[in-house]
Amino acid sequence: MAKKKVAKKKVAKKKVAKKKVAKKKVAKKKVAKKKVAKKKVAKKKVAKKKVAKKKVAKKKVVKKKVAKKKVAKKKVAKKKVAKKVTVNLVKNLENTLIDLIKSTSTKLPDDIQRVILDALEKEEKNTSAEYALGIIKANIELAKKKVQPLCQDTGTIHIFVYHPEGYRQNAFQKVAIKAIEKATKQGFLRQNSVDSLTGINDSWNIGPGHPDIHFFEHKKKTVEVKMMLKGGGCENVGIQYSLPNTSLNAGRDLDGVRKVILDAIIKAQGKGCGPGVLGICIGGDRGAGYAYSKKQLLRMLDDTNPNSELAGLEKDIVETANKLGIGPMGFGGKTTLLGCKIGVLNRLPASYFVSISYMCWAYRRQGILLNDKNEIKKWLY
Amino acid sequence: MIKLEYPFSKEEIRKLKVGDMVLISGKMYTGRDAVHKRIHEGTKPPVDLNNQIIYHCGPVVLENKDGTYEMKAAGPTTSIREEPYQWEVMKDHGIVGVIGKGGMGPKTLKACQDYGCVYMHAIGGAAQILAERITSIDNVYWRDLGSPEAIWELTVEDFPVVITMDSHGGSLHEKVEQESIENLKGLL
Repeated sequence: MAKKKVAKKKVAKKKVAKKKVAKKKVAKKKVAKKKVAKKKVAKKKVAKKKVAKKKVAKKKVVKKKVAKKKVAKKKVAKKKVAKKVTVNLVKNLENTLIDLIKSTSTKLPDDIQRVILDALEKEEKNTSAEYALGIIKANIELAKKKVQPLCQDTGTIHIFVYHPEGYRQNAFQKVAIKAIEKATKQGFLRQNSVDSLTGINDSWNIGPGHPDIHFFEHKKKTVEVKMMLKGGGCENVGIQYSLPNTSLNAGRDLDGVRKVILDAIIKAQGKGCGPGVLGICIGGDRGAGYAYSKKQLLRMLDDTNPNSELAGLEKDIVETANKLGIGPMGFGGKTTLLGCKIGVLNRLPASYFVSISYMCWAYRRQGILLNDKNEIKKWLY
Repeated sequence: MIKLEYPFSKEEIRKLKVGDMVLISGKMYTGRDAVHKRIHEGTKPPVDLNNQIIYHCGPVVLENKDGTYEMKAAGPTTSIREEPYQWEVMKDHGIVGVIGKGGMGPKTLKACQDYGCVYMHAIGGAAQILAERITSIDNVYWRDLGSPEAIWELTVEDFPVVITMDSHGGSLHEKVEQESIENLKGLL
């Protein structure tokens, strides 16, 4: 009996143990379930976070895109402004150059008018010389009043541009061509550009060598444009001597230079629309000599050559020329020459050129200083 | 001042002397380098030049939209370039006057004597004063030569010139040149 009881108790204990085990298992399972649940939650959280992150990322992308678009728009706007500014600058330059052409073609600068009026005073009354200068004076006044060309031969269009570093020369040239075409159509310039082979003259003063533009870089930040209209009559009497010249007994010194200059004045008589002005270069090669002789014509008529020897020669040439008796138009008279400007370039040991450019009384040159909008800030003559 | 009026005649022309100041009224034709070359090469002029005046001039002319012309500037061009041809035009076509500037050479001077013609000097560069005396542009010929080289038929009133070569062998240009060369000798 006792054994049985013991056995029963054991069984009971076992049962209890089993139950405990079962309970533990259940408990374990619960724990496991909970863990799984927790994990799921965690996963979900992670997923949510990911989604959230993605959303943020998307938003960021969108924001970036918007920002980019804004930048792009701003860039376009900036470009538009830049284009407008460029267009304005181009338009302004074109109008400015038309004004320069108009003024150069129709008005004689003061320094030149003054010497012409002086010459008229000096001529003997009731002579052809006085008559010629009287008509010249009236013509200067009429051209200015009617804003029409002083002379029908509006000549070669020489343009000298003085600019700072980095200036867009090609762009200037394009605008200058447009301005010249328009000024020609408006009658301030004659159609003056002839194809040398075919003889055809159907452009508006544009073609190889026309216009004649020279660029010079200077240290100033501003741009200056000088213009000279030089007619064919006076251009044709330009001449270049190579010294020594046996027939004129002219050697390689200033006395020789003087002799050839006076010979050029005798040869030019009547033909160059005198009284005129000489631009002269001593030295250089043939090309540079002529170019530099024309550059002398940009000087003010009443300036003084900084080289005293040349200043003396310039004065002497004018005084001597006016004793030759050639007179205005070659009619005979007191005024043959209004001025003489001499410059010097180095030469080769073998060469000694004297290059002479003759400018008629209708000495059309003008210059302007531009402001930063390409408008005329100041007239230079 | 002497008045010379259209129609011109050889008799009147013969009366003119070097140094005379003349005001021309009537008709004249422009003609310069290309015109003279073309005539010299045998092309008949498009107008009858008998008793007419040729003006060495390449004007600035604006063509209006209605087909009319407007004279903007009309001074003389240098005449000496026509020296090889001018005598022939005097001989073959009977012109009575040439207007230009700078004068012409011995061939032209002789033709002036032989055929009764004068060289009249207009004031070079005086394009406005002279354009103002042109009262109408009546026609244009040989336009293919380009506007400055074409023949423009003009009517003028009191167009001012000085006779510098006459039909009696007188030439102001020859005289002034000789004197200036003499003067220069004393100044060298």
